[in-house]
Amino acid sequence: MDLLNNLALGFSVALSFNTLFLAVAGCFLGTIIGALPGLGPSNGVAILIPISFSLGLDATSALVLMTSVYYGAMYGGRISSILLNIPGDEPALMTTLDGYPMAKAGRAGDALVISGVASFVGAFLATIGLMLLAPYLARIAFQFGPAEYFALYLLAFATLGGMASNNQAKAAMAACIGLGIAMIGQDGSGVPRFTHGNLHLLDGIDFLVAIVGLFAISEVFVFLETQGKESSIGVKLGKVTVPVRDIIASGWTMLRASLVGFVAGVLPGAGASLGSFLAYMSEKNIAGEKGKFGTGVPRGVAAPEAGNNAAAGGALVPMLTLGVPGSGTTAVLLALLMTLNITPGPTLFTDKPEVVWGLIATLLIANFVLLAMNVPMVKIFVRILMVPPAILLPGVTMISFVGIFSLSGSDFDLLLMTAFGVLGWVLRKMDVPTVPIILGILLGGNMEDNLRRAMTLSDGDIMFLWSSPIAIGLWAFAIAGFVAPMFLRNLLKKPQAVAD
Amino acid sequence: MSKTLRALVAGAVFSVAGTATFAAECIAPANPGGGWDFTCRQIGKILHDIGQVPNPVQITNMAGGGGGLAFSHVVNERADDADLIVAASQATATRLAQNAYAGMTADQVRFVGAIGADPGVIVVGADSPFQSLGDMVEAIKADPGSVAFAGGSAAGGFDHLKVLMILKDAGFTDITKVKYIGVDGGADAITQTVGGFTQGMTGDMSEIVGFLQSGEVRALAVLTEERVPGFEDVPTAKEQGFDVVAVNWRGLYVPKDISDADFEAWGAKLQAVADSAEWKETMAANGLAPFTKVGGDFQSWVDGVIADTVELSKEIGVIQ
Repeated sequence: MDLLNNLALGFSVALSFNTLFLAVAGCFLGTIIGALPGLGPSNGVAILIPISFSLGLDATSALVLMTSVYYGAMYGGRISSILLNIPGDEPALMTTLDGYPMAKAGRAGDALVISGVASFVGAFLATIGLMLLAPYLARIAFQFGPAEYFALYLLAFATLGGMASNNQAKAAMAACIGLGIAMIGQDGSGVPRFTHGNLHLLDGIDFLVAIVGLFAISEVFVFLETQGKESSIGVKLGKVTVPVRDIIASGWTMLRASLVGFVAGVLPGAGASLGSFLAYMSEKNIAGEKGKFGTGVPRGVAAPEAGNNAAAGGALVPMLTLGVPGSGTTAVLLALLMTLNITPGPTLFTDKPEVVWGLIATLLIANFVLLAMNVPMVKIFVRILMVPPAILLPGVTMISFVGIFSLSGSDFDLLLMTAFGVLGWVLRKMDVPTVPIILGILLGGNMEDNLRRAMTLSDGDIMFLWSSPIAIGLWAFAIAGFVAPMFLRNLLKKPQAVAD
Repeated sequence: MSKTLRALVAGAVFSVAGTATFAAECIAPANPGGGWDFTCRQIGKILHDIGQVPNPVQITNMAGGGGGLAFSHVVNERADDADLIVAASQATATRLAQNAYAGMTADQVRFVGAIGADPGVIVVGADSPFQSLGDMVEAIKADPGSVAFAGGSAAGGFDHLKVLMILKDAGFTDITKVKYIGVDGGADAITQTVGGFTQGMTGDMSEIVGFLQSGEVRALAVLTEERVPGFEDVPTAKEQGFDVVAVNWRGLYVPKDISDADFEAWGAKLQAVADSAEWKETMAANGLAPFTKVGGDFQSWVDGVIADTVELSKEIGVIQ
């Protein structure tokens, strides 16, 4: 009954004209921000904060606008992943793997609709999870110490070998390049590494700089080199229909991926990128070779999109209940809340129920708005990316530069991004996948920090890494994930038939 | 050139909302979400609300080098920009003292004022065996490895120094044996402590308010002269016999080459923010204690803090 009362309170806040208008506007803006390469949810939200102040919005309205933008961007990120092979934001990285091959095979419309539905399933389930379980789920964070986080990251890297469909050695090499790049900057005790006295490198290399360089800028180089013949730009989008059979066939994938993504989102140290990665890899392992992941299959776009949208909802759990941001975007949202004199933490649900439940009700509404925008109306957003290459390409380049410059206001990052563009171009020539590089940069630093913390706490006792049931379980999964693709493929396929 | 570009970017962003041009700019030398960002956004908002500046203050996040990137930007490119304020805190002073900004020094900018301070706290989980700061210090003296601390700053940073200052005051000299892990912010440090991975948390009052109210943690001591209004049941370290005061002040610095008149004007504007009802509300809601020093007073106070930090850092071997 309590829940119903709370929901009623929430909807009484959410169902005002102002709030609804803000939610729709936020969803629309967010989808565009997500779709544009280089502008991700975190800088999108950061850019909009001053606007919400100059509009004089109250706490609930500002929060509604920002979270709608956040959810919208999570939906929108897939559009450029699928059509341009350039992830719109970092969690949409995994969607390029099957989304772009589908688009190349003339199924761009199907890929967009399936991923839109998957985004809805992930985000909707995560919002329900947030609503029912937030106060309890917050306790999970207390179970994860340095050893457990280290094992979690290890799990991600262990399954990485099976990712590249053609050459595992190249994928491993790419991951090592990424880990190497992650070592740049101050280590956990403040000692600079590989910075060569350059202040810009002291905080390490921002993964957005690497993503935009490796994907967007290298795409520009390929386009210039081949005069458009080999470039990804310019995939045709036919009529958008709803591929009902594919959606039904991906049903279990979406549910499982939502669960994996949500749990990853709830853990403050993990986040949406890890969520979509683990969702994709677990579905790939479940499907086995027969699943043909990586060649453009519907389940390959459904899994990461359900995963990353569920993780976005999950990340709100520690943000609201503990004040611990689980991702870059929730860190920005946290800043917004603090500015509005709302301190997230264990007492937020009881102190400010109208804010929390208003937010939850709006998220439920925003999800339906986004489903409508991203399935029947997806062509509007697609049109932004479907302008002729002569206009689109300079546009992508410009947005990349502006987006990266807005991160730090530093021209050094622009040079670095261009350098990553050159690196990406070279690697493409050598047929080395770039996705593992990004994962290395994204996860390497956190993995190292947690290993260091574990070693500090245990006086260097390596056994500490296996000291809890959770850690042992994650290690078991990691080892299984590493070994399974090599030896157990046939064994894994059989129980699969039942699960499907 | 970077100023023009910035104006272009900001112009592009603001034309979306149809907002007018802006005058003052506040640089938060970190990503959104932290203390510096909070300082810029709150002070910027109130400056405009109470009419001290005609247009909304533009906030620029310039993360990098633990604030060093913004510092170098101000020193090298904006040294005479009278419309620029930069968020600063005790961390700025600590890093300058520990030479963490690649050789740049505190006298390359002017510290214009602080209008609030986040009192340092030492916190344990609700079920911890330690009932007082004394209990904890005795346990560390008996076995330094038995108590690990988590804090939001890196090893050698201010949160780490707070613990060391207390132990030093208690006559414990083997301070390099003290276990400390730096995590991503105070809330994360609390999570690690409540989860039992560390035995103590060292941080700021604002970081623990919610957890204190929900009863998940107990504060063993607050590192101020007097008990903090609103948190009267938390004893100070001083009254428990440890002569340590450590607060994370929240304030601003301005470029060095602005005129004395401009410097004094920013000081007066900050004083007006400090006196406003809005700021008092903000402080109460965020666990900040009153702490107002502006203009020349503040500059000489910061110089003193930096000298003290240099001394302590040398003792613990953070710098030579």
